[in-house]
Amino acid sequence: MAALLDVQGLGKRFGGFTALADIDLQVAAGERLGLIGPNGSGKSTFVNCISGTLRHDSGRVTLGGQLLDALPPHQRTRLGLARSFQLPRPFGSLTVAENLRVPLLYAGATKLSDAECRERGMALLGQVGLADKAAQRPRELTQIEQRKLELARAMAAGPRLLIADESMAGLSNAEVDEIVDLLLRLNGQGVTIIMIEHIMRAVMAFSQRLVCFVAGRKVADGLPEEVVRNPEVERAYLGE
Amino acid sequence: MTGDAPLSRPPMGTLAFWCWAAAFTGVVYLAGRWVTNDYVFFAGYIVLQYVLLATAWNILGGYAGYVNFGTAAFFAIGAYISTALNKWLGLPLPVLILAGAAVCGLIGLLMGGLTLKLQGVFFSIATLALAIVTQALITNWEYVGGAAGAYVIRPSRGPLGGSYVEYLFYTMLLLATLAVCIARTVERSAAGYGLAAIRDDEAAAEAAGVPTMKLKVATTVLSGALMGAAGAPLPFFVTYLDPPSAFNLAVAVNTIAMPLVGGTATWIGPVIGAVLLSIVQEAAMVTISSAVNLLLVGLIMIGFITLAPNGIMGLLRGRRR
Ligand SMILES: Nc1ncnc2c1ncn2[C@@H]1O[C@H](COP(=O)(O)OP(=O)(O)OP(=O)(O)O)[C@@H](O)[C@H]1O
Ligand SMILES: [Mg+2]
Repeated sequence: MAALLDVQGLGKRFGGFTALADIDLQVAAGERLGLIGPNGSGKSTFVNCISGTLRHDSGRVTLGGQLLDALPPHQRTRLGLARSFQLPRPFGSLTVAENLRVPLLYAGATKLSDAECRERGMALLGQVGLADKAAQRPRELTQIEQRKLELARAMAAGPRLLIADESMAGLSNAEVDEIVDLLLRLNGQGVTIIMIEHIMRAVMAFSQRLVCFVAGRKVADGLPEEVVRNPEVERAYLGE
Repeated sequence: MTGDAPLSRPPMGTLAFWCWAAAFTGVVYLAGRWVTNDYVFFAGYIVLQYVLLATAWNILGGYAGYVNFGTAAFFAIGAYISTALNKWLGLPLPVLILAGAAVCGLIGLLMGGLTLKLQGVFFSIATLALAIVTQALITNWEYVGGAAGAYVIRPSRGPLGGSYVEYLFYTMLLLATLAVCIARTVERSAAGYGLAAIRDDEAAAEAAGVPTMKLKVATTVLSGALMGAAGAPLPFFVTYLDPPSAFNLAVAVNTIAMPLVGGTATWIGPVIGAVLLSIVQEAAMVTISSAVNLLLVGLIMIGFITLAPNGIMGLLRGRRR
């Protein structure tokens, strides 16, 4: 099967520091991929490079066969690649509902009417449990609610590939289950998902395949049970 | 876009707002026909010119958060294009205004394309540089008088009957109303949400699908064109145009102070700020002296920045919560 996302030889340096080295990764359409790795191993940098927030130094990235390397982030979003930011970056002067309105207005293939925007926005907020906060400002939300908003805003872009960067940090067990369920449902509707997460319970419950980064390199890629038993992965986590 | 929409009654539709604005313009026009004292039109022109400038500035500075220090450049270019075309071809005022707007829109396009990749403060510095460069160029443009300036003959009668100053007043009334309607339409359209997203977090806006560069450039063109339109009637208003009067510090300062005082989030803020500050200055000029004007504006601006950073509209909204 042709890969939806195809990353080849991706490299990124910050000055003299190599954050990512020669990463190869293919994600099939409809797949659920978990991406793990110790703090500072380059997971978020990887997301930033393929979504265009950062420019990578080497390698090539394609989505559905289309080369992304020269495209600005908004065009990648419109092609169906949406991401959440690890540290939530809400639009502070807009309400929670209006935060979703931005991708609903801009990222979709078709132009939505006012009423459609409102309806879809409310449905998404309902899915992440923020329906009753629609009229509030992001700063009135808790950290956890802001994470949910971040995820909902990425979902509002109507992606083919959704990358959730630590959407569950700080959530209670019940809330983690809720978000995992939500992502599973989304995947059931055909959305390919990369989940970056430190909460192993969630990653193991969610992922069909697991990839592990250590110090900017991909050290393991395979079935989740096998990857967590991989000696290099174990060493990286125990060595922390 | 102010956020309380889901709770309050639905805001007026765009079409309705344009109709109200047209009705307002008509009423002021009819009322104006009764006025015989030209001072009213002189003072009114200044107020409306500032409504126009503050609104134009706010579309970029308030909605998108890109602070333009180069208002004086756009305003002066509008005035000088109009002076030059008037001398060369003697075109009617509406055509001069369109020409001034077109040239300034083009300059906005060039400046935007070159500088909007720079974020925040660097953009602002670039706009300041633009103002300095244009002033130097115009000071050396002999056709329109260079450093010495040029006299422009103001016809004694306007084409609608009444004095020419009265005609200038109605022209500015129309331009200011148009600008306010455009600003409000932008604010409530998809572009308004895109600009707010840019102001809040540009990278997140991109990630949400907002074509930030395109939107910023388009906004700079619109803002610049409106500023150019504001400057085009100036030569006939002052009848003697030289670089110091076109590149007036008061214009540059007021255009930023007025939206800040009124509130930058919505269209009404710059209108309130412009009306209030120009009345205060007019009063100070009549009662004290013209020298205290800018001092007064500076003090008011400092007061608002420290005590009410969201302006008068921010204060009002805060009270309602
Ligand atoms: N803009 C930047 N400039 C310089 N260094 C950076 C930048 N962004 C990330 N880094 C460095 O790159 C390395 C990888 O960071 P990254 O955020 O990708 O890690 P991560 O795997 O997402 O970690 P975490 O699990 O803590 O989120 C870190 O050492 C970080 O300090
Ligand atoms: Mg990270």
